[in-house]
Amino acid sequence: MAYDVNTIFQIAGIGIIVAMIHTVLKQMGKEDWAHWVTLIGFVVVLYMVASIIDELFQKIKSVFLFQG
Amino acid sequence: MEVIQIVGFGLIAVFLIIIVREQNPALASAIALAAGGMIFLFVTVPLQSAVELIATLSGQAGINQMYIQTLLKIIGIAYLAEFGAHLARDAELESIASKIELAGKMLIIMLAVPIFQVLIETVMSLLPGGV
Repeated sequence: MAYDVNTIFQIAGIGIIVAMIHTVLKQMGKEDWAHWVTLIGFVVVLYMVASIIDELFQKIKSVFLFQG
Repeated sequence: MEVIQIVGFGLIAVFLIIIVREQNPALASAIALAAGGMIFLFVTVPLQSAVELIATLSGQAGINQMYIQTLLKIIGIAYLAEFGAHLARDAELESIASKIELAGKMLIIMLAVPIFQVLIETVMSLLPGGV
């Protein structure tokens, strides 16, 4: 469970930091850069979430559906 | 006390989501997805032994393995459909949520058809003058 809580905090931290960078870049007038930063942060988070969801689905399959 | 751990984990996730949601709604729903997945993963590990116990007990009782398998599959499909529908509903996409639920119900009906068939055949054979 400890590892799980860490992952959640990591995702939230990425979210806050990305929002900060977004605001700073916007203040500097580099809007397109700000959007790229947000997009890349989102992709990184999505990768982490996807691995968790993959684990969940494999578990459900093995518990309920009697497959590998 | 696993309950305290799970509830605490859920509350932490909720607060983080509330903080992040103001700046970045997409990331907030990603956190919700991850938290939901983790909570269920945490519960599934003890659940596995219970499911195996049900399978062995039904095997000893001489119940056809097909029925138990269908039942467990239906539970799995119901949980997955619920999970996806709740996620879509959290993102305020009511239409997608209801379609996921509809699809889950359809799949459950398709899985239950053989059991219905057996039931109807049994009733028909009990009826006097039946087939």
